[in-house]
Amino acid sequence: MTKTAKSERATLGVSEEQAQLLDIATSFCRDKSPIDKVRRLLEDEQGFETADWQEMADLGWLGIAVPEEFGGIGLSLAEVVPVVEQMGRTLMSSPFVQTTLAAQLILKGGSAAQKSALLPDLASGTIATLALSEESADWDLTNLACTATDKGDELALSGKKLLVVFAASADLILATVSYQGAPAIVVLTKEQIAEGGLRRENIIDETRRSYELTLDGITVPKSALLPTENVLPALAHLELAASLLLAAEMCGGSVSVVNYTVEYLKTRKQFDKIIGSFQALKHPIVDAHTANEVARSHLYSAAHNFGEQGEGEIATRIAKAEANKAFAFSADRAIQFHGGFGFTYECDAQLYRRRSLWCEAQHGDTNYHQRKLEELML
Amino acid sequence: MSTPTQQELDEYRAEANAWFAQNTPKDPGFMLPLTFMEVGTEQQFNFLREWQNKVYEAGYIGAAWPKEYGGRGLDQKFQDIAAREMKKADTPIMLNAIGNSWAGPLILDLGTEAEKKKYLKGILSAEDIWCQGFSEPDHGSDLGNAQTRAVKEGNEYVINGSKIWTTQGNFAKYMILLARTNPNAENKYAGLSFFLAPMHAKGVETVPIRKLTGEYGFTQTFFTDARIPEDTLMGEEGEGWKIAMRTLEYERGARQGQAGGHVMKQMDPSDILDIARKATINGKPAIEDPDIRKELVELLSEARGLQLSASRAGIQPLVQDNPLSLPLSLKLLNSEYIRRLNQFAIKLQGLKGAYYIDEPNGFDKGIWQRGYLNAFSATIGGGTSQIQRNIIGEHVLGLPKTR
Repeated sequence: MTKTAKSERATLGVSEEQAQLLDIATSFCRDKSPIDKVRRLLEDEQGFETADWQEMADLGWLGIAVPEEFGGIGLSLAEVVPVVEQMGRTLMSSPFVQTTLAAQLILKGGSAAQKSALLPDLASGTIATLALSEESADWDLTNLACTATDKGDELALSGKKLLVVFAASADLILATVSYQGAPAIVVLTKEQIAEGGLRRENIIDETRRSYELTLDGITVPKSALLPTENVLPALAHLELAASLLLAAEMCGGSVSVVNYTVEYLKTRKQFDKIIGSFQALKHPIVDAHTANEVARSHLYSAAHNFGEQGEGEIATRIAKAEANKAFAFSADRAIQFHGGFGFTYECDAQLYRRRSLWCEAQHGDTNYHQRKLEELML
Repeated sequence: MSTPTQQELDEYRAEANAWFAQNTPKDPGFMLPLTFMEVGTEQQFNFLREWQNKVYEAGYIGAAWPKEYGGRGLDQKFQDIAAREMKKADTPIMLNAIGNSWAGPLILDLGTEAEKKKYLKGILSAEDIWCQGFSEPDHGSDLGNAQTRAVKEGNEYVINGSKIWTTQGNFAKYMILLARTNPNAENKYAGLSFFLAPMHAKGVETVPIRKLTGEYGFTQTFFTDARIPEDTLMGEEGEGWKIAMRTLEYERGARQGQAGGHVMKQMDPSDILDIARKATINGKPAIEDPDIRKELVELLSEARGLQLSASRAGIQPLVQDNPLSLPLSLKLLNSEYIRRLNQFAIKLQGLKGAYYIDEPNGFDKGIWQRGYLNAFSATIGGGTSQIQRNIIGEHVLGLPKTR
């Protein structure tokens, strides 16, 4: 047996604040997002309740990872993870993740003036979102067809951004465009978007709202650009931050859909037997459960190491890839194991499966992250 | 015993490090077992017995056992250091695993003064090899239903029945034996008793079991009116189940007190990278194959996930949903993972995956092929993966029993 230096042991830990937020978020999300409310909000144009949003803002959750000097709590994304995980468990939906990520993008990419001007608002409940995707459907955030061109002292924008989540509720939109041949980030306000500039898209996860944003005709002052030299590192950070929070949401959802299915397996009878006693159902649901356990270990390792050079990226990409797989398997089997009921709109399994498809499609599927991991690990 | 200082520990570490560097045997010219369950030949047995004896004489196993029973009476920290240095030096395994890790700590824990005096030193020196007689041909997963009989006659017990999967049974001098003294007890557990039984008694016969690898390592043990002295009974009659469960705690590492030193060498996930770099598939380095690269990332990720899950099991806020879940899941996940990892190591060899143990044209002399076949010992032994899934389904998810 040949021996090479063994790789460093992967690590995981939990901060006191993480543990506290996990407890608080568990009861908050349970109270605010019972399944009948989730169902009711599917039909709601806005897709979330303003009162709930305000309460999250009052709890300080929008500033968890924003430094104190900008009005935040001054913790890190590691402490955002348990909150998003619990939102995932209860299928809760809101612009929480988008607003948190927008703050991260400004924190990493904004000028001093932009940080001072924008972060305190975001930390206290101003809704923001990100306009990153385009027709190319490239997960590479720097492959951009939308443009900004000089027009006097201003910038004229053109092109279409896709999958802009909760855009209709957002006061601020951070959009990526190509400017002078390089990726750039511009800050748009609600007022700058033209009448008819947002078209609601029909998306698979009905707990969310998503829009196509037409940039044509929008002009913004040059001061709306984030400093050029910050753009690439800020986008690299954003991809990982988004992957971490998606992994958290998926881990939560995957645990929840297994619980939902287990309840059914414990009560449904066929052939005079509770169907959960059949190994054909028991063993795969155990496999879904153990995959969730491992995915959750990856998630908390990614949270713990997020800021570490190298290790943070490896742990985060693994967390996203493994959460993609775990949630897809759990939710897919959940539909099947509910039998005929599973084929109906009324069965909640479809809510989870649709959400898992949405989450997997955002910021890289399993193959995408594994290709990146090949470079990092082999 | 006072707590050792950092300096004392550092000095001990340096000494142990130097000793293992100096004394770890070179390649003996034949294949050594990677686990204590794979000791198949006299040659392997003699080599490993001599090695354990040498390590014992140097004080690097049993260091934390009391002096009066052959140990060194040191703080456990010293033994832990010695074990780590032994592992780092990649030495051969400790042979007398069942003595060192199960029977020994059990006797230290629950044995009488006479039992401690009689057995412990011989365990450490590997003079007295131990085996375990728990499973029976008809009672594997259902251990509590063991039917081997022990009948008191005068100052002896007469044993009849059969035990299976007796690791090193053909080499052993003693067996920790679970046998039924009272078939009419109020329940199946209360009829069991625990013996420190001599294997060289008349009427005890061992028959080697040939494993799927073609090698040996286990026996079936037959008792035909075998007479063993009454003082080989450990504890009281009827306490057998309780003592057997305590033994399993040592076996599973849930309780400390083992003599120390590794008894198994498992494939390290990073070994798979070395293999992928060295091996060729269809004439090209395996590591350049896009499908192989994808699988490597998956297997390395999975190894991390298992290691992280073992760590997470000890972090209360992260297991509060169900604290039993990870402890009950890890045996299943780890054993299945190791099986697949070894299987993949064969795939990496392409055409040479067709070779087997000791073939000079083979890749790494076919050790991964053997590793794959042996990996089933963990997915079957100690409760099959299928039984494990029932256990998790029933005890963690609360599903109704299968049957």
